[in-house]
Amino acid sequence: MSEALDALYRDILMDHYRNPRGKRKLLNPEIHNHGENPLCGDELEMEIKIDGDRVADIYVSCAGCAVSVSSGSMLAEIIKGKSLAEVKRIARAVKAMLTGGEVIDEIELGDLEVLEGVKKFPVRVKCALLSWATLVNSLESYEHGLETKVSSTE
Amino acid sequence: MNGERMTAIKNGVKIGVGSVMAPAGLDPLVIKGDFPILSRIINGHKLIYLDNAATTQKPSCVISALRNYYENQNANVHRGLHTLAEEATAAFEATRKKVAEFIGSVKPEEIIYTRNATEAINLVAYSWGRHNLKPQDRIVLTEMEHHANLVPWIVLAKETGAELKFIPIDGDGLLDLENIDRIISEDTKLVALTHMSNVLGTINPVAEIARIAHHNGALVLLDGAQSVPHLPVNIKEIDADFYAFSAHKMLGPTGIGILYGRESILQKMEPFLFGGEMISEVDFEKATWNVLPWKFEAGTPNIADAVAYGSALDYLTDLGMEAVRSHEMDLTAYALRKLSELDSIKIFGPMDSRLRGGAISFVDRQIHPHDLATFLDSRGIAIRAGHHCAQPLMRRLGVGSTARASFYIYNTFEEIDEFVGAIAEARRYFVNE
Ligand SMILES: Cc1ncc(COP(=O)(O)O)c(C=O)c1O
Repeated sequence: MSEALDALYRDILMDHYRNPRGKRKLLNPEIHNHGENPLCGDELEMEIKIDGDRVADIYVSCAGCAVSVSSGSMLAEIIKGKSLAEVKRIARAVKAMLTGGEVIDEIELGDLEVLEGVKKFPVRVKCALLSWATLVNSLESYEHGLETKVSSTE
Repeated sequence: MNGERMTAIKNGVKIGVGSVMAPAGLDPLVIKGDFPILSRIINGHKLIYLDNAATTQKPSCVISALRNYYENQNANVHRGLHTLAEEATAAFEATRKKVAEFIGSVKPEEIIYTRNATEAINLVAYSWGRHNLKPQDRIVLTEMEHHANLVPWIVLAKETGAELKFIPIDGDGLLDLENIDRIISEDTKLVALTHMSNVLGTINPVAEIARIAHHNGALVLLDGAQSVPHLPVNIKEIDADFYAFSAHKMLGPTGIGILYGRESILQKMEPFLFGGEMISEVDFEKATWNVLPWKFEAGTPNIADAVAYGSALDYLTDLGMEAVRSHEMDLTAYALRKLSELDSIKIFGPMDSRLRGGAISFVDRQIHPHDLATFLDSRGIAIRAGHHCAQPLMRRLGVGSTARASFYIYNTFEEIDEFVGAIAEARRYFVNE
């Protein structure tokens, strides 16, 4: 079995892929956003219920590959209950991990660290980023009181 | 070099059919020997290259022609008065003649070098379209076009006020010609369609459509990017007005494309780009255009790649395009049968190999095309996954993306077995069954 392949499709990733978290639709979510990766046709729907400055609940539904689906599932798992400031820090850290960007602050990424294996497959980095790009875009629009719109990885 | 190419043709028994000799079959194993890259090991496995619709690999004769050009003949064309310039010009123009011969003995003046099929189509959209279309004129396309034969027309329609109409496809991935008489109307000025789909593999009845188009006074542009490399093509029999294709999809180098244009139409067209090479006389205020085909070839062209493309055409001519088609039809029929045996696989496009070429798009019910492509790559098998530059068609098929395997002269039945076997293995890897 190829090592790089197994490093990409780690057990944790495959578990999230087969049983994605955050699959319950929300009632009156503050944020409802749609993400897409035009290069591969992957699509993602995201709803977030905000309570004060926290993410009370999140729904993520992704029609895509194992990498994009599991990344979205891990996102749902990790950001639920976190403050918006923390969520943004995590999103920044994930992006830095995937794109080799500057790490601003060290945070525990937990399950998300399995996404490191994606770095060896440059074309798949966008798959891993789809849910995170949609999230960041949604929060920005929310904080500026704008209607959310379609986010794209392009 | 000739001997090198000739080795690729199997000294098999020629079977006479009436007075016509059936072409000798290809021997893909011998052919493989002519392609250095095919002995590469990828991720611990021997490369199985099934992404030929994207680009094909290059035989040694093409690679050495490129090298030979730079080592022995390099000069600018059409302007020098020295030996090298004459030799370079002769080699550059020799390929033009070979192209003209290859697609049904058209005139060399009707062959214009471009960078690729995309540029060839854009040339027509700019030079012909902008001067000949007005509001209410109609451009007819099909639902299976590559973006290269879609986006230039969308932009042109927007600029000129012309409308676009699409010939639909049916459930088998064939063009539905039921309402063709209403779609191709008297207002239609251009019918632009692919000769062979890069997604569905469908070979379209282009001669029939050209007849209907001409009957309505429309011109016909064919996107031959997938057909010229794989089928015997005779432009005169099809009666196309424009025909576009790329050298890199038929053993040639990247950076060379071809536009065939009917001489009488090219004569009346304005140049595409302006500068050196395309003029006959320049004053400070005015210039007159050069004759065909140079009118459309402004600036120093891609000489080396054009010269090497000539070797690719020789290679294919020696194999014989009938034999190429026959080999691919066999591979396609076999692959369609093998893939159909996997319950989880859905194939798009016609299932009859006589109606299609060897580009097979499919999806697995559970495994995303990306994951499948990554898995196959770990076994040294190169396929394509994505929307194949045909997003409207993907929407029409109701999928975001597909996986695609596409064959060429060096592919074997054993490789198809390995490919199908690896899909079964991918299912064990990704799917809990
Ligand atoms: C049907 C079809 N048309 C046009 C093109 C564009 O070819 P090129 O990128 O060489 O211009 C392709 C290549 O993918 C194709 O398959």
